[in-house]
Amino acid sequence: MNNILRPYQLLQLTKAFSLELLREPGVLFWGILFPVLMALGLGFAFTKKPVTLRKVAVIETASHADSSVKSLPFHKWLEINSIKEAGKKPVDYSWKAEFKDNQLGDYIFLFYRMEWDEAVVMLKRGTVSLMVDDSGGKTEYHFDPLNSEAHLTYMKLAALAGDDSASVAGVRPQSSVRPMTVPGTRYIDFLLPGLITMGVMMSCMWGISYGIIEKRSKKLLRRMVATPLKKSHLLMALITVRIVMNFIEAIILLLFAMLVFDVKIQGSIMSLIALYFAGNVAFSGIAVFVSSHTSNTEVGNGLINVVVMPMMVLSGIFFSYQNFPDWSLPVIRNLPLTIMTDGVRSIFNEGAGFNEIFLPAAILLVTGTLFFAAGLRIFKWH
Amino acid sequence: MDPLRDDYIIKVKEVRKSFKTVQAVKGVSMALPAGKFVALLGPNGAGKTTLVEMIEGIQKPDSGEIVIAGMKWKDNEDELRRIIGISLQETRFIDKLRVTETLLLFASFFGLGKKRVEEIIELAGLQEKRKSYVVNLSGGQRQRLALGLALINKPSVLLLDEPTTGLDPNARHEIWDILKRLRSEGNTSMILTTHYMEEAETLCDHIIIMDSGVILKEGSPEQLLENESGEKTVEFTLDNMLIPPDINQPGMPFRIIREASGEKARVMVRNLDTEIPLFLSFLKEKGLRIKHMECRRRTLDDLFISLTGRRINE
Repeated sequence: MNNILRPYQLLQLTKAFSLELLREPGVLFWGILFPVLMALGLGFAFTKKPVTLRKVAVIETASHADSSVKSLPFHKWLEINSIKEAGKKPVDYSWKAEFKDNQLGDYIFLFYRMEWDEAVVMLKRGTVSLMVDDSGGKTEYHFDPLNSEAHLTYMKLAALAGDDSASVAGVRPQSSVRPMTVPGTRYIDFLLPGLITMGVMMSCMWGISYGIIEKRSKKLLRRMVATPLKKSHLLMALITVRIVMNFIEAIILLLFAMLVFDVKIQGSIMSLIALYFAGNVAFSGIAVFVSSHTSNTEVGNGLINVVVMPMMVLSGIFFSYQNFPDWSLPVIRNLPLTIMTDGVRSIFNEGAGFNEIFLPAAILLVTGTLFFAAGLRIFKWH
Repeated sequence: MDPLRDDYIIKVKEVRKSFKTVQAVKGVSMALPAGKFVALLGPNGAGKTTLVEMIEGIQKPDSGEIVIAGMKWKDNEDELRRIIGISLQETRFIDKLRVTETLLLFASFFGLGKKRVEEIIELAGLQEKRKSYVVNLSGGQRQRLALGLALINKPSVLLLDEPTTGLDPNARHEIWDILKRLRSEGNTSMILTTHYMEEAETLCDHIIIMDSGVILKEGSPEQLLENESGEKTVEFTLDNMLIPPDINQPGMPFRIIREASGEKARVMVRNLDTEIPLFLSFLKEKGLRIKHMECRRRTLDDLFISLTGRRINE
């Protein structure tokens, strides 16, 4: 009985591991519901048209008489464009200005009347990001130019207040703004492929690696291989169960995103399935390698994190990795999770097909096979 | 037993195994006749588990030879796995798998199906627990399941590592009943490790006493308990006091073996008629008053103490 495949063993092992998985109530939540909730939360947080609230300090010195203030340029603008408040509770601001914008989202400015020193403290604390001083008859904007949010507030406000210097910054000119809200360019379009690939990594690393380590520490591995069981079948069954579950998870997440966010797969679905499968093979191989030796679940925890954490941060799941230093990009681009994520994204958003994903899929398959083979060589069954 | 004879199903010759800091097994030879039950009896750390795991093919000996049914592990692993049934110390199975599912899984490793699973459920007395998750079984039920799994392939060689450790007497007797039935059928040869003397005595035809990686003594229970020196054991306690540590003195015609706690001691005497009066007057001389005294049959524990100076479960 030295045949390569013993289908009955494989079938029973797969059945046992599936039952083990399905009977754990947490699996359903963390495996299926959690990614959907994450997509929902992050998707809405970044896809909804924003209402931006900005707080601005307006400098007034105590010596100013109310009447003389009104003639100052910024105060004049305030009189026209904003609602004056008494500055009493429940509101603590002095003026409020709302600007509707269907394309870029609404802007609300709250203006606080303050003395210079007080305004500086508020700026330091981050309560306000911009100070406006028109006491010299000319509107001056004070802010930290390195703070991009403050910079943006300045440009927006200066443009609205009709200040000439702002047109130099390019906000006010006649050229028109076309917000990118077509499918494929929104944040959810960027996020969803990342969530799908991250799910594969997490599920393989925690499911397979941790599963193996736990079975080893319970001496179950040792007991199981003390029978005519083919050792490779045990790993094959564990991996099969995981991959099937990953496919189900991904389909649910995808259907959900299509329904709620109108996400579209612009490229070939078959190539998406192929690449997804290759990614599963890659992470299954890595998972077997990582769990090949230790029987200590805490060591296992550490090992899994060593693999998972860097890729979660570097591979551009939630935000593009292009902002990392140039020297690091070649490394980052060649991490398995990056290869898979970039590939899946290109299918979703750029309409990529077999030609474009052939290479990444091949790299992932080879990676998985090599790690699996190496893991099996050093695998500790006892 | 002569390990070189041919009717032995397991032959172990000069087997050694060391770990980083300890020599666990220091040149052990033993043999198991077909159809017999052998106990490896010894305290924790005696090297029983290491020896059994080498026979099970789970650990490789540093040197020496192990032959099972004429085969060695090196080239016959698949074949040997088919004729051996094992139960490891403290194995935990898949928690959320039912009893029948667990049995069916292991049966599939041997190419067996539902029919054998039903037989095992009956044999292990798990009829009422067949649908229970393994995690919800009691200690005794779990051990019966482990034994059932060991028997699933109708093994001709059964290797059990402490099958009843940690079980209450009731659960222990349930395991013993299964094994006794198996023994009466005569188709199975078994090696069992234990530190319960009663277990070795009730279940096994042959007992091998191990300590610190070597075999101290072996034989049938009758042979071991037979008094080759003709010594009898008299156990005694003192009135209102512990037995002084320095009670043994040179030149005494008897040996006094004091328990570590000092509450009890035993005297080994050859001739009750002449030595007991001597012993009593010895106590009187020392000003010690006896509270309780009992002459009893020698046990394996007595034997172990006379071999090592320690009790087996100390």
